[in-house]
Amino acid sequence: MMRLPYFRYYAPSDIQEAAQMLANEGSDAMLLAGGTDLLPNMKRRQQEPRTLIALGGIEALRSLHNGSETRLGTGLTLTQLVEDASLKTNYRGLWQAAAQVASPHLRNMGTLGGNLCLDTRCHYYNQNYDWRKAIDFCMKKAGETCWVATRSRKCVAVSSTDTAPMLVALGAKVRLVSANDERVLDLSDFYQNDGIDYLTRRPAEIMTEVILPPADGWRSSYWKLRRRGSFDFPVLAAAVAVEIDGDGTVSQARIVLGATAPQPVSCDAAAALLIGQRLTDEVIEQAAKKAASRAKPMDNADFTTQWRKRVAAQFVGYALSEVRGDDLSDTRKRIAGQVL
Amino acid sequence: MKQRDKFEVIGKPRRRVDGRAKVTGQTVFADDIVLPRMLHTKLLRSPHPHADIERIDTTRAARHPGVHLVLTGADIPNEYGILPVSQDEQALRTDRVRFVGDPVAAVIAKDEFTATEALELIDVSYNPLPTIANPEEALSQGEVRLHDYSEEGNIHKRLAYSFGDVDEALESADRVFEDCFFYEGNTHLPMEQHAAVATVDPDGKLTLRSSTQCPHYVHRALAKVLEIPQAHIRVIAHPNGGGFGGKTDPFGHEIVVAKAALALGRPVKICLTREEVFYCHRGRHPVIMKLRTGVTKDGKLTGMHLQTLLDGGSYGSYGIASTFYTAVLQPVTYHLPRYQFNACRVFTNKPPCGPKRGHGTPQSRFGQEVQLDKIAEALDRDPAELRLNIVTEPNSLTANFLQIGTNGLAECIKRVTERSDWKNKHRKLPDGHGVGLACSSYLTGAGNAIYWNKMPHTGVQLQLDRSGLVTVFCGATEVGQGSDDVLVASVAEILGITPAEVKCITGDTDLTPVDLGSYSSRVTLMMGNAAIDAAQRARALIGEAVAVRLERPVQNLVFSGGNVFDAGDPATGMTFQEAVVCAEERHGTLGTTGSYAPPKPPAQFKGGGVGPSPAYSFTAAVVEVEVDPATGWITVPRVYVAHDVGRALNPVLVRGQVQGSVYMGLGEALMEEQVFRRLPPKLSAAMVHKNPSLLEYKSLTSLDMPEVITDLIEDPDPNGPFGGKEAGQGPLLPIMPAVANAVYDAVGVRIDAVPITPDKVLQALELKAAGKDPRYGPSTFPTVDWPEPYFVLPPWEGGDGTASNRPERKRAAKMHVMDKVHSS
Repeated sequence: MMRLPYFRYYAPSDIQEAAQMLANEGSDAMLLAGGTDLLPNMKRRQQEPRTLIALGGIEALRSLHNGSETRLGTGLTLTQLVEDASLKTNYRGLWQAAAQVASPHLRNMGTLGGNLCLDTRCHYYNQNYDWRKAIDFCMKKAGETCWVATRSRKCVAVSSTDTAPMLVALGAKVRLVSANDERVLDLSDFYQNDGIDYLTRRPAEIMTEVILPPADGWRSSYWKLRRRGSFDFPVLAAAVAVEIDGDGTVSQARIVLGATAPQPVSCDAAAALLIGQRLTDEVIEQAAKKAASRAKPMDNADFTTQWRKRVAAQFVGYALSEVRGDDLSDTRKRIAGQVL
Repeated sequence: MKQRDKFEVIGKPRRRVDGRAKVTGQTVFADDIVLPRMLHTKLLRSPHPHADIERIDTTRAARHPGVHLVLTGADIPNEYGILPVSQDEQALRTDRVRFVGDPVAAVIAKDEFTATEALELIDVSYNPLPTIANPEEALSQGEVRLHDYSEEGNIHKRLAYSFGDVDEALESADRVFEDCFFYEGNTHLPMEQHAAVATVDPDGKLTLRSSTQCPHYVHRALAKVLEIPQAHIRVIAHPNGGGFGGKTDPFGHEIVVAKAALALGRPVKICLTREEVFYCHRGRHPVIMKLRTGVTKDGKLTGMHLQTLLDGGSYGSYGIASTFYTAVLQPVTYHLPRYQFNACRVFTNKPPCGPKRGHGTPQSRFGQEVQLDKIAEALDRDPAELRLNIVTEPNSLTANFLQIGTNGLAECIKRVTERSDWKNKHRKLPDGHGVGLACSSYLTGAGNAIYWNKMPHTGVQLQLDRSGLVTVFCGATEVGQGSDDVLVASVAEILGITPAEVKCITGDTDLTPVDLGSYSSRVTLMMGNAAIDAAQRARALIGEAVAVRLERPVQNLVFSGGNVFDAGDPATGMTFQEAVVCAEERHGTLGTTGSYAPPKPPAQFKGGGVGPSPAYSFTAAVVEVEVDPATGWITVPRVYVAHDVGRALNPVLVRGQVQGSVYMGLGEALMEEQVFRRLPPKLSAAMVHKNPSLLEYKSLTSLDMPEVITDLIEDPDPNGPFGGKEAGQGPLLPIMPAVANAVYDAVGVRIDAVPITPDKVLQALELKAAGKDPRYGPSTFPTVDWPEPYFVLPPWEGGDGTASNRPERKRAAKMHVMDKVHSS
């Protein structure tokens, strides 16, 4: 089997201690949460940190506050999110996103923070060392060229997190803590359009919690395209959150696409088409088309790019229809393999 | 001895004999082996798709702390290969690498980590060569040749046979249908990666324990490459965690650890990574095919001309057999009065293709079953009725002289159409919902061994003693299919005892009689018959002794329920153990043997050795699909399958094999692709496997598995043990075409290229909306310069099984095709 490289392992017991360790170790250190992404990547030598700072022993990262605002500790496992009844009721889209991450085994280990910081993915990058050597490596790790777009100066590896597009659509914020600083950032500002430097996180920062705005009047939905409902990463995702007035008109809306670029893609123009409208079939179709025009899938994930592009409007449409109140359980069953 | 009128073990649904060990984790797979002082191996593999090796310098690696030995091809240069005509592999390449992943050196170290580190210290200089990526390139680019022994350029082998005048048959037909199809390559994807451990025994002899399906062939290859007598080598096949044909070749890593153990005098182990398993491959050949079929107004077939072109990858493997198999079984399913086939295999710079479940047959079965669906529609006939009208007859000869025995295909079709309510569904379901039907036949063991010999294909030994335990020895390998259970059950049945009183020892060349291996669905039939043979001899020995003791005629004795007694007077008898004591007193130490060789096939022409089988199984399947017209998304809610197994020796196992075939078939139908990526040639010469991982090579998971309604059709075949025929491969064959036909029924588009994916469906739907031919698939077959065909008259035109245009036929008839090709 492939073996892990040698590394130093630190197990801090609180956030401050972890932040201090991270400050001391510098860029050779990485944070280890569930390890479901990082450890296999280390076996493939995609990431080679000299030091791992394990967050698993920090109780404070596993808190779940339901007050006027919902705060989710980034150390909560995805299974813990899925099992939370209030999330399922109030933030349906987030619940749907978390429930579709990987497989039950991986959700038992994988954390919210880990999923939000998930390394970007690409067919030329998510390979073991020998394979990457056979293509003389790629821009994201140890090479020069982006083999997906050979003229590109930027890496186009894909944001493959399920929770991020949904949380961006929900208007979530994240708290970032370092040894002597702390800041709260809109989650949408946490990401940037570069497959290598896909996070705006500073090297010494630990993402400690996700802050969700109140859910009153909001409805949300998350639709994920993947080959198999059992454990694949998304190759296209549509996250929708809308605030609907008593008369059925939309007062606020956000549409975010996942897995089409190195970051979640906010479709503001498409969302604007919904404001002041009822979610009629025509309105949904227009907004879905507009949103889909922002999908620019590349040939570095499963399925053909043309087809992924072609069905994007359909997936946005599913999400909008669901927040309208349509029963899409049959479609869900076929697409996701489960009713969500 | 009196024959019981009822089976006591056979036919009863039972727990398999190895079930307890498997579910409690006690089965010892090859990678579970840990021995004192054991060393570990890693292979350095080529990063180039095609290159000459100029120099290998292992000095730095050999000096690395913890490294015990570094091997290169120069240490084990002898060539080997599974077929006598394709001795084109080396455990480690000496001069040339032919695909990314071809092994060039090995490091044996104290642990895997150290061995991996040392791989980086081996300096290899390569001279890269032009690459061949697909059959079209192989046909058009004869240089650089991958192998000097190929027939011409990069064409490995071309076959041409005509059974009767097919041009005439097509001209006389009312309609001629001409269709091209493409079947993408895919791999076995066993859960267990290949692993092997070699040791030097206290007597200085070599033992190799390996996850192989064919210990006998590994035994031969080791002897050849290492130049050690076979009698000094022991090969033990551990239970395989899935094989499906992927562990039927001897592999370089097995030879490497054997060589290393001999050099170091210590146990040496290797366990491949998942990526390396993709490089071992030997899986489904990608095949482009063209079928021209003549049909009468009333739906009878007048003849068929089939052409296939196989992408063989970089080495021979079983490739010549695979090439024959894309064609030879075609006439077994439906009656073809005349039949012509041309088949061609080419070399490309990819891992070698070989035998995967169905070996060569699924590709052209897909073609014919989809074409029949088109024919049925064109003639406005029900596809099930059309097929029922043309199924082959029991106890008949095919145009290419294959002897069919029992044949339950018509019953299979009736059963699945009834079960699925076919008549009320086909062409009657709402848009987006469809049903598709397809059928198949498959062989129960190949009529010939891989190397020509006159010995049995399998042997069984029985040992009995006063303890009452019966131990049965056979070289067969348990690869998950349940061969240990068949072996034990067959012996228990004959001796009238329970499987608990029988112990089996299998797959060990020191202890067990030769069995050729777990491939070509041969084990149940051949080993089963040999086991019956051995057990009947043991029963005769015991019966003779008991008859004397009881003073009863031997023909009155019955072996039943763990006792031996007088059928007319059941109170007069004794327990089986007492009976064995009687026999041991009378005969001395007890032991019997049994063996099996298939009947001599009627085909006399050269090449007629591929295709004959003691018995053929038959299957029919109806697949239900739902297709979303907006996205092309396909779901399969239900599969109905009926399989003619002759007799289900253990129905639980047979159902498992049938449903496992459905599972694997759906994976091939819907998503599996062993495909490669060539980087932009201006920037790179790289050509790599696109997705050599369990995550990105898409295959069904348990969550994607639909409901399967399984029927077993039982019409015992006289050649089968207790009438049994194969169940492990045939039921896979109809699944892919049934999916394609169901998709057509659902949304009216033809996907003539496997896998059938939503993007292809959507493309075809767009063509349909634009008023164009609603189809996805190849429209032409590449030009191949075919040789003059062997011309053989079908039996009903007076043919005697010889080729009328080849004078060497008498000699050819005596030789197995493989050796014949080798000698020419």
